[in-house]
Amino acid sequence: MSDTPTLTTASAGRTPASPRLLGLRLPIAIFVLLALVPALATVLDDSFITLFVIRVMIFAIAAVSLDLILGYGALVSFGHAAFLGIGAYGIGILSAEGIYDGLVAIPVALVAAGLFALVTGAISLKTRGVYFIMITLAFAQMAYYTTTSLSAYGGDDGLTIWRRTEFFGTGPLDDRLTFFYVTFGCLLAVYLLCRMIVASRFGRVLTGAKQSEIRLRAIGIDPYPYRLVAYVIAAMICALAGVLLANQTEFVSPAYMGWHRSGELIVMVVLGGIGTLHGAIIGAAAYLLLESLLQDVTHHWQLIFGPFLVLVVLYGKGGLVRLITGVRAHG
Amino acid sequence: MADAILRLERLSKHFGALRVTNELSLDILRGEVHAIIGPNGAGKTTLISQISGALKPDHGRITFDGRDVTGLSMAQRARLGLARSFQITTVLPDFTVLDNVALAVQARQGHSFRFIKAVARDIGLSKRALQHLEIVGLADRAHMQAGRLSHGEKRSLELAIALATEPKLLLLDEPMAGTGKEETERLVTVLKRLAADYTMLLVEHDMAAVFALADRISVLVYGEVIATGAPADIRTNEKVRKAYLGEEA
Amino acid sequence: MMLFAVQLLNGLQLGVLLFLVAAGLTLVFGVMDFVNLAHGVQYMVGAYLAVLFTGLVGNFFLALLLAMAAALVIGLLLEVLIYRHLYERDHLDQVLATFGVILFLNEAVRVLFGSAPLSVAMPETLSGGVVLMNGLLYPVYRIALILVGLGVAVLLWVLVTRTRIGMLVRAGATNAQMVSALGINIRRLFMIVFGFGVMLAGFAGFLAAPILSVEPGMGDSLLILAFVVIVIGGIGSIRGAFFAAIIVGLVDTLGRTFMTDIAKLVMSPSTATDVGPAVASMLIYVLMAAVLFFRPTGLFPAKGQQA
Repeated sequence: MSDTPTLTTASAGRTPASPRLLGLRLPIAIFVLLALVPALATVLDDSFITLFVIRVMIFAIAAVSLDLILGYGALVSFGHAAFLGIGAYGIGILSAEGIYDGLVAIPVALVAAGLFALVTGAISLKTRGVYFIMITLAFAQMAYYTTTSLSAYGGDDGLTIWRRTEFFGTGPLDDRLTFFYVTFGCLLAVYLLCRMIVASRFGRVLTGAKQSEIRLRAIGIDPYPYRLVAYVIAAMICALAGVLLANQTEFVSPAYMGWHRSGELIVMVVLGGIGTLHGAIIGAAAYLLLESLLQDVTHHWQLIFGPFLVLVVLYGKGGLVRLITGVRAHG
Repeated sequence: MADAILRLERLSKHFGALRVTNELSLDILRGEVHAIIGPNGAGKTTLISQISGALKPDHGRITFDGRDVTGLSMAQRARLGLARSFQITTVLPDFTVLDNVALAVQARQGHSFRFIKAVARDIGLSKRALQHLEIVGLADRAHMQAGRLSHGEKRSLELAIALATEPKLLLLDEPMAGTGKEETERLVTVLKRLAADYTMLLVEHDMAAVFALADRISVLVYGEVIATGAPADIRTNEKVRKAYLGEEA
Repeated sequence: MMLFAVQLLNGLQLGVLLFLVAAGLTLVFGVMDFVNLAHGVQYMVGAYLAVLFTGLVGNFFLALLLAMAAALVIGLLLEVLIYRHLYERDHLDQVLATFGVILFLNEAVRVLFGSAPLSVAMPETLSGGVVLMNGLLYPVYRIALILVGLGVAVLLWVLVTRTRIGMLVRAGATNAQMVSALGINIRRLFMIVFGFGVMLAGFAGFLAAPILSVEPGMGDSLLILAFVVIVIGGIGSIRGAFFAAIIVGLVDTLGRTFMTDIAKLVMSPSTATDVGPAVASMLIYVLMAAVLFFRPTGLFPAKGQQA
């Protein structure tokens, strides 16, 4: 993966004064802003904002998990939405069977996604380049088609969830404010977890393998097991987003794991700034905001969004993080 | 008499009808600096690739440090102590010089499935990495992005990375390739110092460097070793002269 | 038995359509290393052009000629405006940009033609059925489609293995940089490969229009299948695309038809009706996974096996 020469050379000379501190300012600002949203909603007397930001945070969790393998591992997975869907269906199927206990449903959903990632990843990661992209896409489609044929659980039409996940007999997720802060907490935890992984020895192997696989082999490291572990971790984090999504919409459908959704996740990561983790959060917010605004303008919003995406790819390397901080992202 | 740290027995590799490596047998003795020279197209790179594990030979056996490694992957051989530097530089451009070496140290230690501790704060790792950088003379470049180094500095970094894996055998694939006169001399000095502690198998075109460093030289022509011996003997060897200079030798 | 024969033919038909779409795609992947997700919309464009031109000129075959020309123009327009800037970029950029193209074109077609599925009348000369055996009536058009597809496959094979251009394409699929270094105008080669691929996809879409419903997004599901075909067949290989397409077409069609029955052999009928369709839809992906397990670069990869 090589960077395009156009935008990066312009800022090649600039280095931030204190990289560590500067690197923290943006993420801190993001989380502070997010935490204040309910207060903002009260002030503006608009509860929709809270709902919207919950959705943003859910997708941010999914996008951050994708950035882990895409931005730091250079694994262009076009099937990441499958894990979102598996997480959601975990909740959906169990609720259809009358199981709402979070302590049961959530581990099941996460483990299901992890197992799917383990099996499909073990095969996919033996390939590279174009093959990898297509195989991850194909496996996600396989999951998609499987859910469409699950007539017992709604099939193509999807499945309604009648009760949200409960913990110890109570339903904390029924209250909007609680839901908001639970989601916020998850996002924060996920962000910190990924930050930690990236800075660890494991993360270093991953980012090293991204730059030169043969170099790693020459010093005695086979990237495969590390990539597989990263893939599984990312899948389980994304499944967590799926769990939250199912709870928020009280509905699951095969569309949750369609390849359009996978494409959207990639867009969020790249839009925000690939390889920065908090870029994925910004990207998720920007994408959903853009989608919402454009949908108000026209029913045919993709007519505008399509070319916009093309332009971003051709001329907008570095994403929004780059725009905001002027610092070239890790990726 | 030193034993063979690397033994190649009847190694053969062909691409279609082309025999690039032809029943090649060679012993590299522990502690020596052994150079492989030969005209272009002799199959030197293919040979190095088979030794390091990048390429699988069609037949033959490779024994390293008493162990049959013919079926092992590159990473497995590296862990056993067979380090390689590349003809085309492969440093990690986005990492700092220090981190490039630190990763090799980390690989040697074998604890890479660690998720919690930040590797940048691992003082032990950084210290060891710095030591290797000092040996090759790159300590003052430690915090520079590796992609920004000059060509010669990158060659030195490759060497430092190889050293960090604490190798039993250093496989150097044209370490002087593309380096200017000054840089070549500096590298030769560094390698000469290292020769005291490491066994090296060196593929090189730069004859001055070869004759300055090598204890023994093997000449490779059309995938076969036509002569092995001390530099002085090789210089006067009939077959070698013919191979390089043609029949008029 | 009759059902099997019918589904066998249907499977061949699907395989042939898949081949037409996959052939262009595999060359673009192989020669240009360009991940073109928007290839599926080229197929869709072909189908909509069928709707447009048969509506305008009435004659099926005239419409075909016009549609091919139009498909080529549209494809080359996309190439000049967008794709050519992406050849040097990494795969991620290509994936995203072509994804944007898909979104745009799917919506554009919705705006121009509406969301409702459309249909195209079969040409008079090819309508009606043919008696194959035991009073089994099979549509002439579908037989024609299979024959045309096989004919194109033979034509492509001849082109690729017996002409100079074909040799350049094969060389390019194996090592594009080398071909360029030899002084061949690689840009022009790219355009030829790309244009050809686009026309093949459009041709497939046109042919499919009378028998499948023409609607926005119809290219997407076929694209995924085409990907599976290319992965199984090996990137850059026409031969691979052909065999893989036929296999995938047959496995998918026969699988969907008979999986429930096969399931009934080993489990209760009610479970079988639930499990059957699910397994059937997974079949080709399991096949793909199995092939990849033994051959990570497909059955007939252009670049050959790496160590």
